[in-house]
Amino acid sequence: MYRTWFPSDLIAELERLQRQGQRLAGPASSLRGVGRNGFPAINIGGTPDSVEIYAFAPGLDPATVEVTVERGVLTLSGQRSTELPVENKTSAVHINERFTGRFSRAVSLSDDLDSERVSAKYSDGVLHISVKRKQSAQPRRIEIH
Amino acid sequence: MTDTNVTKTEESPRYEGSTMLPPVDVVEDASGITLYADMPGVPKDKLNVRVEADSLTIEGEVALLLANDLEASHAEVQLPRYQRAFTLGQELDRERVAAEFKHGVLKLHIPKAEHAKPRKIEISVA
Repeated sequence: MYRTWFPSDLIAELERLQRQGQRLAGPASSLRGVGRNGFPAINIGGTPDSVEIYAFAPGLDPATVEVTVERGVLTLSGQRSTELPVENKTSAVHINERFTGRFSRAVSLSDDLDSERVSAKYSDGVLHISVKRKQSAQPRRIEIH
Repeated sequence: MTDTNVTKTEESPRYEGSTMLPPVDVVEDASGITLYADMPGVPKDKLNVRVEADSLTIEGEVALLLANDLEASHAEVQLPRYQRAFTLGQELDRERVAAEFKHGVLKLHIPKAEHAKPRKIEISVA
């Protein structure tokens, strides 16, 4: 009912701002924050038998990325080195927006996840981590006789 | 597994035209300009680099391989598309733009046109 009071584009804009705000300081913002400069950005989704984590971390050497699970917390960390030249007489850096340096992000895993069955794959600059749910936690159809 | 988009699940048609601005680094030296852009999640065939008149446009569509029954629970990347445009000066040779794309990072090198290569101007003393 309130929508009719406002032009719809304003509502859209507010919704967008609200979602953006929630990322940083929403009522349920994460204790672990969103990482320095938000790198890497993380999307998480669930299926009935696993939790899928996508970290948008371009330009890494997969061999230097570390994924660990300890006491129910999954941590991914690594380092991205700069490709910019040391500032000198013959070259100039005009724009410098890309993240460089060490990064570390953590995701807490719920109790129904099996920390022994974690797989990770890096492609197109996205680190995809898949954590399987424990067998006992998976939905089970009960036969009715 | 299908080629749908995790970032698209919460999108309403209202956001269809919206894009993300990829972060870039731009370096210039005597040979030309080198641009690096972060576009994670974009496969090579969904990347588009265009040079038109005086502008350079980079575009890419995020395509992750996702399970059919995936339900997004937390999304920091909320749009499935990157786009950014730059203006090109006359001193750049737009016919010889070289592009490389690896691990979600686009590297473009735009050489300077021959006439624009640096030369030292002699100062004559009267």
